[in-house]
This record gives sequence, structure tokens and C-alpha cells, in this order.
Amino acid sequence: MRYVLLAYEPATAGELSDEGWAAQVADTVALEAGLGDELLAREVLADVDTATTVRVRGGEVAVTDGPFAETAEVLGGFLLVEAADLDAAIAIARRWPAARSGSVEVRPVSA
Amino acid sequence: MIDLDELHRREWARVVATLARSFDLDTAEDAAAEAFVTAIERWPETGVPDNPGAWLVTAARNRAIDRARRERTRSERQAAGHERLVVRAEPTVRADVDDDVLRLVFTCCHPALALEAQIALTLRLIAGLGTPEVARAFFVPEATMAQRLVRAKKKIAAAGIPYRVPERDELPERLAGVLRVVYLIFREGYAPSGGADVVRIDVCDEAIRLARLLADLLPDEPEVLALLGLLLLHHSRRLTRTDEDGDVVLLADQDRQRWDRDAIAEGTLLAARALRRAPGPYALQAGIAACHAEAEVDWRAIAGLYDRLARIDPSPAVTLNRAVAVAEVEGPAAGLAMVDSLLTTATGEAIGRTSHQPHLVRADLLRRLDRPEEALIAYRRALGLATTEPDRRFLARRIDELS
Repeated sequence: MRYVLLAYEPATAGELSDEGWAAQVADTVALEAGLGDELLAREVLADVDTATTVRVRGGEVAVTDGPFAETAEVLGGFLLVEAADLDAAIAIARRWPAARSGSVEVRPVSA
Repeated sequence: MIDLDELHRREWARVVATLARSFDLDTAEDAAAEAFVTAIERWPETGVPDNPGAWLVTAARNRAIDRARRERTRSERQAAGHERLVVRAEPTVRADVDDDVLRLVFTCCHPALALEAQIALTLRLIAGLGTPEVARAFFVPEATMAQRLVRAKKKIAAAGIPYRVPERDELPERLAGVLRVVYLIFREGYAPSGGADVVRIDVCDEAIRLARLLADLLPDEPEVLALLGLLLLHHSRRLTRTDEDGDVVLLADQDRQRWDRDAIAEGTLLAARALRRAPGPYALQAGIAACHAEAEVDWRAIAGLYDRLARIDPSPAVTLNRAVAVAEVEGPAAGLAMVDSLLTTATGEAIGRTSHQPHLVRADLLRRLDRPEEALIAYRRALGLATTEPDRRFLARRIDELS
């Protein structure tokens, strides 16, 4: 099965110390290298300040600044992985540094 | 003549679990239910087959295959090119069937499911209760419970929750989740969250059956044995916890002659075995329950066990019970000091706003300290928070006695 792992991080994650960042990056690189072919795609998103939200209602287009909802934790990046089942996907999520600094939402890709 | 209820209790989970190897849970459940209906209709005429369990699995499997074929024909009309229906080889050895039941237990109690869904699935798929009975057990409308079960089974399929016993390194954590589900089912029987009864013996019986099943499947896990022991010890007092009017009778006032001696003997043995091997939270609680069942209650031992339990589980409930034990050993003032300091902590304060328990304990200790005015206030607070009728009547009686 394919799963998307969405990293929700505190909006203040940008304030992490240099060492903190370095450790996170090293752990992430190690995790991704370990996944090999199971890792289908990955991206880190630009800061939430850069987000733009688009809605079309009754043909009217509304473009607004910011994410769709103001929340304490914001979407920071994602992994698309191939995993045998939910337990295997959770095993990847728990090794992702994002799970320590924020939360990881695990969602299967619709069959 | 065969006892169909007994057969259902014994074979239900095995039939569902065997089918769950090859089919989704919905199909497995429906096919199992249909097989039991067929058996009830047919066996009185044809006689009971030599191996009723195998007969039921075969009947259920045929139903499931029919259903899968029907669904496949329907979807094939929409899309060409479909996987062939594969029915995996089913085990004939009892031990392998047991492994399937264990897999099903871990699927039902997977932490990716909401706790209430875990409980509902366990009662439906493992204990074999019908949806209306599951709904009644938790005071939920039947339609709500049916929907809860459908949604949970849908998530299992769509999210890829595996049908597997967890690996060694995950097992303790996952097993703790399973034990919690069984414990919560028991607690709903032992201390119902609503309704008119002090105890609902049928709900307790289901939980004990589940605990016994787990103890059979995992005989080397001390916490599993401990949970069975704990439930048996609590349940041994089921006939004495209320009087003829359905009112609460406190432990100290209960007629010990009417306690279930067999349950106490088995529970005490299980508690001792578990405590010797690993003093986990259920082992410690079972040890405490075993102390309470002794003719001479050793409060010092109970306080010691609560000390150890509080180190693993520093929850308000444990602190409160520890305070009761300390009050017996060192006097009510020492116990009262512990309850009062609990109520000043953040979690303690929250419990104090929602549960009658801490106020009841405080009130009893104040009464014993001969401080009736303060005791009265505490009993009234407890009365304001108590949810079940028997608790309310008990507290009202205490208030009457004091005022």
C-alpha cells in the first residue's frame, strides 16, 4: 500500500537552534536513505508564511493570504512511501524527526 | 442435546478469525453469523455434526465465497481485469486457529482505532455479542453502535491495519492496549457508567471470558494472567456488593461467606504467579485484590503494593486508593492529608470537579476524624457528582445519618 506521511510542526519550528536543525536533518537523511525504493516522493514545504489559499464558490475565485486554517501546528512537508501495512507505515513515521518535534499524520492513498 | 449458546461462545471468534485470513472483516463477520443461524435451523433435524467447529468454518467459508463472487461480478461489470478470488489455506490444527484468534484480537485493539471502537469490535468479533447487546453494554443507541462498528471495520480495511500478532519489540505496548480494552469492558460491568444497577454481572462475565481466552492464548505473559486474576477477584464479590434493594454494601460490611471461593482461589494463584515473575500494573492490582479477599486484611501489605503501583502509574485513582490504605495503617489524618494534597494538583483538581470518588473518600475520613460538618459538605459534593442511582442513594443515606 502507499501512504502519505504528513509532517505537522509547531509554527515556531523555525526557531530551532542550529544544532537542533543539524540533528533533525541528519536523522531525516538517514531515514530516507534507509527507505531506499520504499520512498516514492518527499518534499519539504517553504515556510507557512508563503502559503496562499484559493477557493472557488459559485464561480467566484477568492485568493487569500495564509494557510486554509490558522493552527498551532502547520504542514511542513511530506513523504510518500510504499509500506506493507499501517504498522509498517507507523514504523517509518516514528523514526521521522517530525514526529518528535510535531505530529505525523499517516494517510493511505485512496485505492 | 448441544448447548448452542455455549457453542457460540466457544466457536464464534475461531470462525471469524479463520475467515479473516482470506476475507475482509465485514464478510467474515456476516458469514460467521449466517453459519450459526444455519446450524440452529438445521441441527435439530440432522443432528449435530461430529466436529461442529469445522462444520461452522466450512459453512461460513462457503457463504463468504458466494458473497465475494457476487461482489466481484458486480465490480467486473464496471472494470475489467480483476484479481482472482484467492482463498488461502485454512489451518486445521487447533494451535494455528488460536494464532488466528490472537491476530484478530490485536486487529480489533489496534491503537489506530478509537478506544470506543476497539471495545466495540472486541465485544462483537471476539466475544460474539450482537450489535444490540454491545450497544446496551455501553448505553449507546443501537444505530450509533452499528455505525461505530461499520466505521471501524472500514478503517481497518482502508488504512491497512494488519491482521498480525505484533513483533516482539512492539508486543508489550500493544498487549497493554488489549488488556486495557478487556479491563474497560469489565469496569463497565463492575461500576456501570450509568443506569440503575450497581453491577452488571453479564458484562463482567464477558470480560472474564475474554481475559480467560487471552490467558489461554498467551500463557507466558504475566500481565495477562494478572488481569484474569484481578477480574476474578473483583468478581468473586458480585453477590455481596448490593443488598436486596440494590443498594451499595461496602467491602467491610459484606457477607464474606457469600464470596465466590473458587474465583478467589484461582485469582489469588494467578496474582501470586504474575507478581513473582513481573510486578506490572495488573499484577500489583491483582495482589491488592487478593489481600482484600483474605480473612484478615493486611493493610500494611496493601499500602506497600499501592506504593509500588503509584511508581508505575501515578494517577489520581491510585493515589486515592493509596490514601485509603494509608488511613488504615497510620490513621485517617494521614490519609486525609494525601487526599487533600491530591486535590491541589492540576489533575487532582480536575478529578475533584468531575468525580464523586475523592469527595467520598474525604468525607469518610473526616467522619472518622469526628469532623461531621466538613464531612457533610464533602458528602454533599460527592452526591452532586455521583452518576448512578445506587451511589446517590448511598450518599443520601450518609448525609441523613450525619445531619
